[in-house]
Amino acid sequence: MTAVTTLAMPRRHALGQNRLARRWRFAVLLTATLVVLPIASVFYLALFPSHNIWRHLVDTVLFYYLDATVRLLLGVGLCATLIGVSTAWLVSACDFPGRRWFEWALLLPFAVPAYVIAFVYTDLLEFAGPLQGALREAFGWRSARDYWFPEIRSMGGAIAMLSLVLYPYVYLLARATFVDQARSMVAASRSLGCTPWQSFYRLSLPMARPAIAVGLALVLMETLNDFGTVDYFAVRTLSIGIYDTWLNQSNLGGAAQIASLMLGFVVVLIGLERFGRRRQQHYSPAGQSGQADRYRLRGGRALLAWTLCALPLVLGFAVPAGRLAFYALRNLGAYWTPDFFQLSLNSLLLSASAALVTVALGVLLAYGKRLFPSRGLNAGVGLAKLGYAMPGTVLAIGVMIPLAAFDNSLDALLRASFGISTGLLLSGTVVALIFAYSVRFLAVAAGAVESSLAKVTPEMDRAARSLGQSSLQTLWRVHLPLIRPGLLTAALVVFVDCMKELPATLILRPFNFDTLATHVFQFASDEKLEASALGALLIVLVGLGPVILLSRSVSRRND
Amino acid sequence: MSMRIKAALMALPLAASLAAGSVRAEEVNIYSYRQPFLIEPLLEAFTAETGIQTNVVYGEGLVERMETEARNSPVDVLITPNTTVLMSAYNKGLTQPVNDSILLDNIPAQYRAADNHWFGLTTRARIIYASKERVAPGEITTYEQLADPEWEGRICTRSGKHSYNLSLFASMIAHHGEAYTREWMEGLKHNLARRPQGNDRSQVKAIHDGVCDISLGNSYYFGAMLTNEEEPEQQDWARSVNLIFPNQDDRGAHMFISGIALAKYAPNQANAIALMEFMVSPEAQYLYAQDNFEFPVRPGIERSDLIKQYMGDFKEDPLSLTTITDHIDEASRLVDEVAYDF
Repeated sequence: MTAVTTLAMPRRHALGQNRLARRWRFAVLLTATLVVLPIASVFYLALFPSHNIWRHLVDTVLFYYLDATVRLLLGVGLCATLIGVSTAWLVSACDFPGRRWFEWALLLPFAVPAYVIAFVYTDLLEFAGPLQGALREAFGWRSARDYWFPEIRSMGGAIAMLSLVLYPYVYLLARATFVDQARSMVAASRSLGCTPWQSFYRLSLPMARPAIAVGLALVLMETLNDFGTVDYFAVRTLSIGIYDTWLNQSNLGGAAQIASLMLGFVVVLIGLERFGRRRQQHYSPAGQSGQADRYRLRGGRALLAWTLCALPLVLGFAVPAGRLAFYALRNLGAYWTPDFFQLSLNSLLLSASAALVTVALGVLLAYGKRLFPSRGLNAGVGLAKLGYAMPGTVLAIGVMIPLAAFDNSLDALLRASFGISTGLLLSGTVVALIFAYSVRFLAVAAGAVESSLAKVTPEMDRAARSLGQSSLQTLWRVHLPLIRPGLLTAALVVFVDCMKELPATLILRPFNFDTLATHVFQFASDEKLEASALGALLIVLVGLGPVILLSRSVSRRND
Repeated sequence: MSMRIKAALMALPLAASLAAGSVRAEEVNIYSYRQPFLIEPLLEAFTAETGIQTNVVYGEGLVERMETEARNSPVDVLITPNTTVLMSAYNKGLTQPVNDSILLDNIPAQYRAADNHWFGLTTRARIIYASKERVAPGEITTYEQLADPEWEGRICTRSGKHSYNLSLFASMIAHHGEAYTREWMEGLKHNLARRPQGNDRSQVKAIHDGVCDISLGNSYYFGAMLTNEEEPEQQDWARSVNLIFPNQDDRGAHMFISGIALAKYAPNQANAIALMEFMVSPEAQYLYAQDNFEFPVRPGIERSDLIKQYMGDFKEDPLSLTTITDHIDEASRLVDEVAYDF
């Protein structure tokens, strides 16, 4: 509320200001409404299911689904935070051999889809895999009954897989704050006699807590939404429950009911994220952070730091990518075909378009909210982010309903008035896919834009506006250039996420249209890792470029 | 936003030209729940023979997609691996009858809808795979025995919620009633060596690895594994098991179909029916059976050598699939009630 008064312009503009406010509000609410439509559709389905599933679920398996979901969330949340925060602090506050390299390399696992890493590790660690094979060879065991080996397809396995590819969210945000933290403060704390550990624990960590909370919220939402890994590992979370209810019991309404229950989790997670952001009010004075020396680590400590950073990188990236490369190269000729090129191109163009659209929407929402914060707008923007929580399968249905309704109404109207049929204009085309991706990943984009905008002091707005710039001009000439790194981050994260997106793509894609993700999934779900390897490797490789850029953009800003 | 508008604008002239009835290539649009590698060879043969192009969307949720697209839906035929999806489309009024003599004459009544709204293309048997080393011939011969205490800790299955298992469970309900089936399912669950996971193939692998001694699986996976050149280790899995066609002394093995239905609003109806007729033609039926090791639904088609060698003649449960499918919901509820997957 206070921002309204601080951003209010001189009085003579008051009238125009009102009109402008109305326009902005309209644009933001229109966007939010569009994005909320699929979510509302799902709610509608949940409210009027063909047969009510609650009684049955509560009596039978709901507790198991909840139990598995909560344990998975706790496990992944804990592991991803530990890995993300410790590595982020090491590379930003300490100096040891390989640090500069780790700084960007630690983001690499982000490019690996969770279902892919799950396939790879199962292949490596199961009974027939090379590791157990070597053990049996060495010790003369014959069958699985002769010895114990941790079962990769288990809750523990799922936690490990998801943590290894999701920790980069925490790492990325934590490092950005660790690096951003006015070095002078750290230097001061040290001159006051803090040990590195005290300085981390009493200063850096509390200051980074908001960012960590945001990263953690993203990790948990991805975890909640994961279908591929938990399905493959037979960890029966709520997202499996949705799938079962819909596809095995042909009860879409029941599935929507479970999806609505999942929204409960998400409201908590968004609360966590928002709590994180509220504390994030220090506006970093651009370009004046004095460079404090990093703690120089030597000998055993350097080795320990190196190992701590290398471990997630090796396990989360090198091993899966290496294994995929091994399979892909073994039979490259057979898999590198014109069809394959086509679907790679599909993935690339689709993800790039979706990233652009999503970030544009994110800017619209975040900036509108900055200009004219009101309860209505805030609620609208908050609702618009719920798409991130919708399981992809259910979201796909939610997208289909309004698009097809639009198409069918337009068609009916034109048939009635002009006797021509427009058929399906939007549903069953890439438009439907881009819409779905935007709804799904708007939370990521809007979040990144909001937190970048939050760092631009309101004085900037006032200065620009007092110099006669309109709010749009201010956005274009002041804010966008200032938050360019944040925009880039948002676009790249959304791009990589779209490349990996599977369930909605499977359901919404047009005729004869495949992406790398659907290609990989079709083979991998039939346990043909070899045939899916090249596609999976390509998803990883295409994700690498953005990830490296992303990492560079954070480093460059601060070095 | 502008992208969306632009795409819509670009689509307009196209849509208008279609509506104006301008000439376009002969084509048929398919929504397929079956995987590409299973049906692509057939579709290619169809195009080669008729010149009709096929357009396919593979995936899940396609019935819901048909439903929302309503009368503007571009889909002509729906191809599925089971009757559950066909019945779901049928119950939503998304299919239409095909009173085509080629289909009616060649598909046994048991394997198609009474009102000709859907048709089986291939039949499959849900059978028991048993370790050659650890299970003596004749030691298990019926589905009912799966719940016997002697199999404690020796059985592997995929999720009870998978349509293949639901189909078998539904047939148990059809034959024995719900109370018996619940008790049987509890016994089966009690006998599991591990929580249900993986697909039919990985159960056989588990037998090979010594994790369990018997598993449930569809018959054709045996052929797929035994002839797998890309992953030769699967041949070892297949060689480690015997195939048991259950209940040969009474009702016969549980059978179900992969099937096809004509969409209610099919825009390319003639081509769609041409495809359906092609699918039951002797050459397509042979090709399907040869490539997938499923059984041709059309009687009198030669079976592949591998099937002749390993599966011989066996007795099929003659119960109508419509009756069995009516119990799918009940089966699914039972799976939850005994917490089969947990």
